[in-house]
Amino acid sequence: MDIGTLIFAGGGLIFLVFVALFIRKQTQRRLPAPGVDPEKVLADHAGKDSADLDPFRDEADVPVPPAEAAPKQSLSAGLAKTKTGFMAKLNAVIFGRGLDEGLVDELEALLVTSDIGIRTAEKLLEGLKQDLSKQELKDPAAVKKRLEEKIRGIVAQKVAPLALDKGPTVLMVIGVNGVGKTTTIGKLAARYTQEGKKVVLAAGDTFRAAAVQQLEIWGERAGCVVVKGPNEADPASVIFEAIQKAKAEKADLCICDTAGRLHTKVNLMEELKKLKRVMNKAHEGAPHEVLLVLDATTGQNAITQARQFKEAVEVSSLALTKLDGTAKGGVVVAICDELGLPVRYIGIGEKVDDLRDFNADEFVGALFEET
Amino acid sequence: MFGNLEDKLSEILKKVRGHGTLSEDNIKEALRDVRLSLLEADVHFTVVKDFINAVKERAVGQEVKASLTPTQDFIRIVSEELTKIMGGRAAELDLKKKPPVIILMMGLQGSGKTTTTGKLALRLKGQGKKPLVVPADVQRPAAIDQLKTVAGQVGVDCYDTKPGMKAPDIAKLALAQADRQGQDVVLVDTAGRLAIDLELMEELREVKGILNPHYTLLVVDAMTGQDAVNVATEFKNQIGIDGVVMTKLDGDARGGAALSVRAVTGAPIYFAGIGEKMEALEVFYPDRIAQRILGMGDVMSLIEKTSQAYDVKQAKAVAKKLKTDEFTLEDFKEQMQMIRKMGDMKSLLGMIPGMGQAMKKLGNSGPDPDKEMKRIEAMINSMTKAERADADLLNGSRRKRVAEGSGTTVAEVNSFLKRFKESKKMMKRLAKMGPGGLRGMMRGF
Repeated sequence: MDIGTLIFAGGGLIFLVFVALFIRKQTQRRLPAPGVDPEKVLADHAGKDSADLDPFRDEADVPVPPAEAAPKQSLSAGLAKTKTGFMAKLNAVIFGRGLDEGLVDELEALLVTSDIGIRTAEKLLEGLKQDLSKQELKDPAAVKKRLEEKIRGIVAQKVAPLALDKGPTVLMVIGVNGVGKTTTIGKLAARYTQEGKKVVLAAGDTFRAAAVQQLEIWGERAGCVVVKGPNEADPASVIFEAIQKAKAEKADLCICDTAGRLHTKVNLMEELKKLKRVMNKAHEGAPHEVLLVLDATTGQNAITQARQFKEAVEVSSLALTKLDGTAKGGVVVAICDELGLPVRYIGIGEKVDDLRDFNADEFVGALFEET
Repeated sequence: MFGNLEDKLSEILKKVRGHGTLSEDNIKEALRDVRLSLLEADVHFTVVKDFINAVKERAVGQEVKASLTPTQDFIRIVSEELTKIMGGRAAELDLKKKPPVIILMMGLQGSGKTTTTGKLALRLKGQGKKPLVVPADVQRPAAIDQLKTVAGQVGVDCYDTKPGMKAPDIAKLALAQADRQGQDVVLVDTAGRLAIDLELMEELREVKGILNPHYTLLVVDAMTGQDAVNVATEFKNQIGIDGVVMTKLDGDARGGAALSVRAVTGAPIYFAGIGEKMEALEVFYPDRIAQRILGMGDVMSLIEKTSQAYDVKQAKAVAKKLKTDEFTLEDFKEQMQMIRKMGDMKSLLGMIPGMGQAMKKLGNSGPDPDKEMKRIEAMINSMTKAERADADLLNGSRRKRVAEGSGTTVAEVNSFLKRFKESKKMMKRLAKMGPGGLRGMMRGF
């Protein structure tokens, strides 16, 4: 954008802000007609259509719809409620049915501090009223048990073990910076090599300094081939070559590392799409699995990450890393719920065997564990 | 997202109008929305709780000033409380101490310590310092190589850590080398570690004991969730924190972790990592992140400024002109003068979401928008009344005259007129769409 365009666009926006302001003022004025109690008018309106009151409010302005992509009836119904002060509603409904205020607070604190997110937390708590009888709602143990079940139901998505029959199966590993992609790949390589599979690694992170060396060290530890390019090589060519090599050597699995990228960087997301196309060119049907690595310490932004990466390259499953710390990774509950992505692996340390299959019972158990 | 919370608040607080004072009852809903917004931004649960209580305490009983709406009053209190926690002004490292100034970097895995070390070294080098970076991350494979490469890229000295060395030994030897070489800053990168990893925390304590650093900086990923509080508490208790660096702020995370960390440690946040390039490290502005966490954006202050500069009558007249295509160059000039009354163009543009980034890209070397505005004004001043009323009158010879009169070139006049027509079309369309369209456009940026 050059400076002239900036001035015009900026100036234009500033104009429009005041135009909007004027329209808003006008609307506000119009409402309380003479002789009518303004309080009453406002109250009446609030119940009907708040858009009439506030011209700024359009559909897209509805507070952070984490569920906007998921056309589920219950979700959008839940969202509609958040518009009118969900806690008020929630309290009215739940307290009306006898759920103890102290218990609601306690459960909310538990869910929120595990990064499940306030919206998902409210949704879960609200769901309890439909599931439980008046009697049960008064029993904290019953409430907790039902809550655990609900969360387990969300995260326990069936995921078949990685099929290694694609000659070779190509696994693309993606994620934002610093989530542990390369480490996860190292552990995966070790695991499948130990199982007697032949694994080829593609050093596709050609951007970060020493990322290639890092993968090479993991490759050595696992005892598998690492294909790398020259310095500052094009990641697409490295990956293409690696898949060719995996085919030639009849490997079972080719794991492709990619540079960490924030989901907001348009050109880097485009690059990811290109890498995916190149994989398909090198081996039809590849990548067979697109693994998005998420850091368990990440908060609500993980939802946006998952959504954007899914949109760009059709993520098929998740790896949740750094679960050995104090973070619970509760945000995956929202991700599983909203995007229907299963969690395949969890990372619980820096050692080669610190990679486990995800287990919904353990995960939920840890969420409700006292810390 | 921008303006979202503010809209909701004004909706809620409309009901307060006429009550005279803010009471616990009439701000209840507003507080709820602030709470939701903060939790959505990943501010820690208990930090939010304390914050909401503080706001409530201050707000209840406040008289609604005649000049302000209840919304403005309430938002002012929220902003002030938030800024109070965030520390108000931007903090700077004091490097005037007896050299070498020693800085120890620590944090969780993947928070961006190594990259930040490189960025900070480059920044200090730019300030005329001679930093030595020290790779003391002996845990992660190739972490030493990474820092060595980065140091080479930014052109600073790097301690030659050998494989198999222990972190405390690296610290000792690097310090000795820094003394010998007359380095005035020493930046020590350490392995990412979990606060519950007792062995590694012990190692970090030992390294700190040897270095006796002036600054022990905790590097925190802006995307961190509720765990930020645990991390900050543990590192503070076990090691001690003098300052914080927030990384990955170039993403779209709201950055509530900054508030959590700040509330727990009380330590200033010195820098913000805002990109993958080595130059992408800037001073941390607490007030900006406060707005971001709250989900309001600076559009709020822009709207405020606008409402001070314009009255409804003027706004109505301009809106009508825009819609009916009667918007002339004379009107344009008037608007420009209005805008200039509001402040300098640079800061105004910076308030528009997305525009700030675009401005930054242009950098200080690019043309100054304020000067550009003056040139445009000069061009319009060089036109006759008839020309100003109908831009189509401006043929080649008239354009030449305008260029000469304003000290610009014909090409500049051409480009201005072309843009004027384009923006007129755009604004007409948007004015017809109403504020919804404006919102859409802002989001598009």
